Amino acid sequence: MNPIETRGILYHEPLIFELGAEGRSGASLPKLEVEEADPRDEFDSKQLREKSPDLPEVSEVEVVRHYTRLSQWNHSIDAGFYPLGSCTMKHNPRINEVTCRLPGFADIHPYQDESELQGAMQIIWELERFLCEIGGFARVSLQPAAGAHGELTGLMMIRAHHVKNGNPRKWVLVPDSAHGTNPASVTLNGYKPKQIASGEEGILRPEDVERAMEEVGGDEVAAIMITNPNTLGLFETHIAEIADIMHRYGAMVYMDGANLNALMGYLQPGKHGVDVMHYNLHKTFSTPHGGGGPGSGPVGVVEELVPYLPRPTVEKEEERFVWKFDRPLSIGRVRSFFGNFGVLVRAYTYILEMGAKGLKEATQLAVLNANYVRVRLQGKYTLEYKRPCLHEVVFSDRELKKETGVTTMDIAKRLVDYGVHPPTVYFPLIVQGALMIEPTETETPEEVERFCNIMESIFDEAKENPDVLHSAPHNVGLSRLDEVQAARRPKLRWVAKKDEKKA
Amino acid sequence: MSSFPEKFYYSEDHEWAKIEGDIVTIGITHHAVEQLGDITYVGLPQEEDELEKGEVFGSIESVKAQSDLFSPVSGKVVKINEELEDTPEVINEDPYEKGWIVQVEVSGEDAISGLMDVEAYKKHVADEE
Amino acid sequence: MRYLPHTTDDLERMLNKIGVETIDALFESIPDKLRVKEDLDLPEPLDEGALKDQLGALSVKNRALGCSSSFVGCGAYRHSVPATVDMLISRGEFFTAYTPYQPEVSQGTLQGAFEFQTITAELLGFDVANASLYDGASACAEAVLMMHRVQRRRRKVLISEGVHPEALETCRTFTEGVDDLDLEVIPLTKGGDLDLEFLKKKMSKDVAGVLLQSPNLFGIVENVREVVEIAEKERALVCQNVGEITSLGILESPGNMGCHLAVGEGLGICGPLNMGGPGVGLMACRDKYKRSMPGRLVGETVDTDGRRGYVLTLATREQHIRREKATSNICTNQALMALAFGIHMSLLGKRGFHRLSKINYSNSRYLRKKLHSLGIMAFPKAAHYNEFVVRAPGGDARQLTLEIRNKDGVDPGVPLGRFDEKWKDLLLVCVTERNTREQMDQLVTAFERHM
Repeated sequence: MNPIETRGILYHEPLIFELGAEGRSGASLPKLEVEEADPRDEFDSKQLREKSPDLPEVSEVEVVRHYTRLSQWNHSIDAGFYPLGSCTMKHNPRINEVTCRLPGFADIHPYQDESELQGAMQIIWELERFLCEIGGFARVSLQPAAGAHGELTGLMMIRAHHVKNGNPRKWVLVPDSAHGTNPASVTLNGYKPKQIASGEEGILRPEDVERAMEEVGGDEVAAIMITNPNTLGLFETHIAEIADIMHRYGAMVYMDGANLNALMGYLQPGKHGVDVMHYNLHKTFSTPHGGGGPGSGPVGVVEELVPYLPRPTVEKEEERFVWKFDRPLSIGRVRSFFGNFGVLVRAYTYILEMGAKGLKEATQLAVLNANYVRVRLQGKYTLEYKRPCLHEVVFSDRELKKETGVTTMDIAKRLVDYGVHPPTVYFPLIVQGALMIEPTETETPEEVERFCNIMESIFDEAKENPDVLHSAPHNVGLSRLDEVQAARRPKLRWVAKKDEKKA
Repeated sequence: MSSFPEKFYYSEDHEWAKIEGDIVTIGITHHAVEQLGDITYVGLPQEEDELEKGEVFGSIESVKAQSDLFSPVSGKVVKINEELEDTPEVINEDPYEKGWIVQVEVSGEDAISGLMDVEAYKKHVADEE
Repeated sequence: MRYLPHTTDDLERMLNKIGVETIDALFESIPDKLRVKEDLDLPEPLDEGALKDQLGALSVKNRALGCSSSFVGCGAYRHSVPATVDMLISRGEFFTAYTPYQPEVSQGTLQGAFEFQTITAELLGFDVANASLYDGASACAEAVLMMHRVQRRRRKVLISEGVHPEALETCRTFTEGVDDLDLEVIPLTKGGDLDLEFLKKKMSKDVAGVLLQSPNLFGIVENVREVVEIAEKERALVCQNVGEITSLGILESPGNMGCHLAVGEGLGICGPLNMGGPGVGLMACRDKYKRSMPGRLVGETVDTDGRRGYVLTLATREQHIRREKATSNICTNQALMALAFGIHMSLLGKRGFHRLSKINYSNSRYLRKKLHSLGIMAFPKAAHYNEFVVRAPGGDARQLTLEIRNKDGVDPGVPLGRFDEKWKDLLLVCVTERNTREQMDQLVTAFERHM
């Protein structure tokens, strides 16, 4: 083995299927206390499994080592700076991991009698009220499992509202800077997205919204979906005027709350014209991202849309909490059971620890850190919109690329060599070669400074020795991966090859 | 620098059409290939499908983009380039010969109306840039 | 505040560098008239000790099932999950990472997902599985949409009444806005299985696909092969929702029985039930449908030096590229739960998984036999795996449940009247490897007492 590849830690780990030996198992199963039943008594042989699923055959030690080694090849918030824009990679407090695992929260079945779930229902009820207060809404549903799920749910409620009024309508206005989930959610609801361009200042202009409404006929527009602050990290200053325009036509305002970390204690969107908003508990409220979930995407609504909330809701009757299924106008369920409850306990714990002041301060420091990065790097990297940002800042590779041939992807891969997770790249699409940086409030000023220094070094490298960037990363176990081959000849699962296994 | 065969006809959506009697062979231009980068997948119609001029008849993908293919003519698909199913990179390597996409049987004389000749297409490309 | 590191000096220095006097100046883009004027009305912040006390006090208002005797299942099955699973997914490198957009620093998550895909595909009997969906119910809804997408010109999807009611409701919610798609429910027979004659009558060229569940809501194993045969006569697709994933240790996989795709729920395998979430939605299909699949896919590839590695692939199906034309809007899925599912399956392994299935089945046979002799089995002739329905003597299953719970300290099952009044007398009883013989005997005694 090449010692450079190990760096003292084994990186190149085989697939779990390639480990172990025939007949080995890491299972711990109870002894059968009753007569062993033969399924052939009851089933036709064609209903029975001819061949057991080809699962790994490994001991517990092999499993522990395998997954520990895999984990070591992940960048994570715990390991270092992770300024992935629009994802709010803030610290994930450990106390949250303890509270959600208390037996009274973890070891409960969704169909236990209400009387046995009062504590859990109280958490749902109170967390709903906390989120209502933070967002300025009348009610919140905690059922959706992620932001995109919340979007879908929100638009369903908007649709149900229009259907109730006699016409579901046809269009949803979506700014060109929107997350891809927005237009996808629009289509899933049977609507057509109508794109609106951001104005020169990087934000929506009421006159453009007005024009778009006139173009397609305002009475056929169901809603506008606005991310606020938008994906450039800029506050949509005209949100209230835009809401007025929409409401004049009987249309609704949906706000993508992915970036709520910029607004806590500053804006309650539900009080200023926003009719529906989803929250991302795994962003703003510190629950772990888990390598891509489980998340939680609660959705808040104003009074008018309350009847359409997914069911069941939790209601408080005197001192008792009850599930309320009987909601005739509800859009129905959007998933099984009561949402990702384990995630809700974590967010609830976080809000209790932070309090109103703590949340506001988190927002302030998130914005401070982002602006510091903006000011520190704006001389080197191209800033398309030269004004204070909120929680994230977006640079372009436009000038650097022209001068040196170095692209955003090169910068991203070079950052890896410095032990920093790259920012979100090539998004939003309206900025050429975008680098979207969101430091979050939990990073120390020293860490933010270090990141800025690294970005400056990379800028200098781009001028002096661009090849070192083109061929980055150099310090990890793998060089750049061939995504073209992966897509051309997809290999999406391991397949047993005779004799190759356990060789 | 992109190249364009002299005798082909071209659409605004960067498809080319080679006309041989009633049979029109369709592909995408070198310019389109350059815009897309490494092609990873081509979604093909089935033989016997009826295509309408200007309508979507397939799709073409790179790692991070997907584009619809618009038919430059109306007619019935008589042959598809099955080689593209396993080796879409043929389009990158040879967009005008081995990288053809479908063959369509057209009827009527206005099959090529609305298409550009090579000079017009070159100008179209230049204008887009 | 322990998560907020900035000192007063830090603030001053940073504001100075930015060139503003106060933090509030950075918020000038928010018009003053919109700004919150007072503090948010939230409880006073708590320290860690107080948090533990408060959450601890709330947690004991719930009755944790612990080692108590419980026969409650119905889509959320209590299996024994080894401590190793939670220990491994609690590694910060896993749970504090996000979607592996940068493969060079995310090989752990990616390889774990690739292994999960393989395990899921293997269990369900298919070429391809995705990297997870939210849960089993939304996976059913995605499957309905997928069948409709594959069969573009057909406007009907038939759904078995034996699909879990919450999944069925989710399918309705998801398809409400899809104009050219109608759902039609195929009822169950009096024997508790899918009414195949009714299905035959409803089958036509207008049917894009059939979604059935097996084991179904009543725990009955359906004749999936015959459903496939009926559907294929009209070239309709079939998706099986696997009601209990451990059944696949003894029961044939959906893929091998001819289904075109399959979905399922991994809750109970990936960790404790958490009142129903987070679990993990499973989905697998034949290779030819992979480009119509929703959700993320991880693929194997090589780096520039030819070394094996893993990347997110076929992303052109997804919302961030295809936007309004994407196969789904899903972005974040249930990655950590998928990892947990893969870890647990690896621990069980080929033999352990088969054994687990056998124990569940044998326990259920033992209990069924006893209850059969009491004459309270609702569908005595049907074939079951680890779950079955009892007809409550007296006709009120909820009442019976409460009485047995209070008198015998046993949770006898889920009263199905919670889903539909017509099932008021039905009690769904589930037996897993966690139920001892003593518990089963105790349950029989309890039922006897209420005869």
